Amino acid sequence: MTAMTAMTAMTADTAERYEAVFDAAVAADERIEPRDWMPEAYRATLVRQMAQHAHSEIIGMQPEANWITRAPSLRRKAILMAKVQDEAGHGLYLYSAAETLGTSREELLDKLHAGRQRYSSIFNYPTLTWADVGAIGWLVDGAAITNQVPLCRCSYGPYARAMVRICKEESFHQRQGFELLLALSRGTPAQHEMAQDAVDRWWWPSLMMFGPPDDESSHSAQSMAWKIKRHSNDELRRRFVDICVPQARALGLTLPDPEIRWNEERGHHDFGPIDWTEFQEVLKGNGPCNEERLTQRRRAHEEGAWVREAAAAHAEKHRTTPPARTGHGAPQEATA
Amino acid sequence: MSGSTDWPLWEVFVRSRRGLSHTHAGSLHAPDAEMALRNARDLYTRRGEGVSLWVVPSSAVTASSPDEKDPFFEPSADKPYRHPTFYEIPDGVKHL
Repeated sequence: MTAMTAMTAMTADTAERYEAVFDAAVAADERIEPRDWMPEAYRATLVRQMAQHAHSEIIGMQPEANWITRAPSLRRKAILMAKVQDEAGHGLYLYSAAETLGTSREELLDKLHAGRQRYSSIFNYPTLTWADVGAIGWLVDGAAITNQVPLCRCSYGPYARAMVRICKEESFHQRQGFELLLALSRGTPAQHEMAQDAVDRWWWPSLMMFGPPDDESSHSAQSMAWKIKRHSNDELRRRFVDICVPQARALGLTLPDPEIRWNEERGHHDFGPIDWTEFQEVLKGNGPCNEERLTQRRRAHEEGAWVREAAAAHAEKHRTTPPARTGHGAPQEATA
Repeated sequence: MSGSTDWPLWEVFVRSRRGLSHTHAGSLHAPDAEMALRNARDLYTRRGEGVSLWVVPSSAVTASSPDEKDPFFEPSADKPYRHPTFYEIPDGVKHL
């Protein structure tokens, strides 16, 4: 054996050993942490999914922020601002988690701005009325929670930890949306109609948030094997429909699907077929707001450049003479 | 376009209430310690999760290597006598 083949053989042997350690950890339901060895495809899948997730959070700020200035009361305005601020926070948790895989923040943002990484297609629909803020909270955040709760047990530690924080905060989002819709539903006939119209428009896109049917989902099987994903798209979609049907009844609103009915045999609700052509079109960039969302995102980034520059200049200026910090006492506490 | 990647990464530790130690909450980018603290407040304590915050440059953290996990922590693995359950005490002996 030449020295070269010996080395190749050893490397292959080492890789095999690493892979075995990784597989065993996943099989034992342990978490994979940033500096552990992991298959490149696992890393790439996580970066793709976490980037898309992070992008969705910050793009998702736009349709709702659209209504902050026109919220009908100070209470609703304060709630909406807190919610939009949460979405920014969720984006930051996820970007940080994605960075543990060796990608930089700038790279992720550049890819979003260049249209090379996606965000959830749901945010390419417009928020036409105030009731849409309620429908987004109830249905869109509701679907997101259904998707995200199992991600708290995702095999990648930093992603799972980010999801725990996010899920805790999302439940406020969903409840405020439900309460908002309930107020409208029980209001004047015009308000009731507005609530119904919003639910009619957001229902189907919300069901699409779970992704294509299982037999057409390209990444599902591998992601389930790696325990990044714990349940299939169709399984989560079914769960969501089962949750929503009684909630819609409590709201006094109907879901825009005449085929929804309880199926005793399956123990789930049956529901009508989803228009996947629409989903594919929105994904391709032909949704009502694709262009607007991305343009706004790029503009926000560019117009915020002076803030980043000023902060950097300020940091530079104080690097030699750090501002006095009293009261927080970190150095003293650190030894305790 | 000036990105945030020029900004160093900071690790954030939150003391959730007096009497408990600071716990790692996550990380963020900021140009300096002052801004890191402010960002940490906005990012990790929006719901009263903390009464005190530490921010530490991530580059200042020295970590044990995951590859050396087994040998590095080996010394503690073969010393069961460090645990109280190692010792057999006759039934009926109290406060021990």
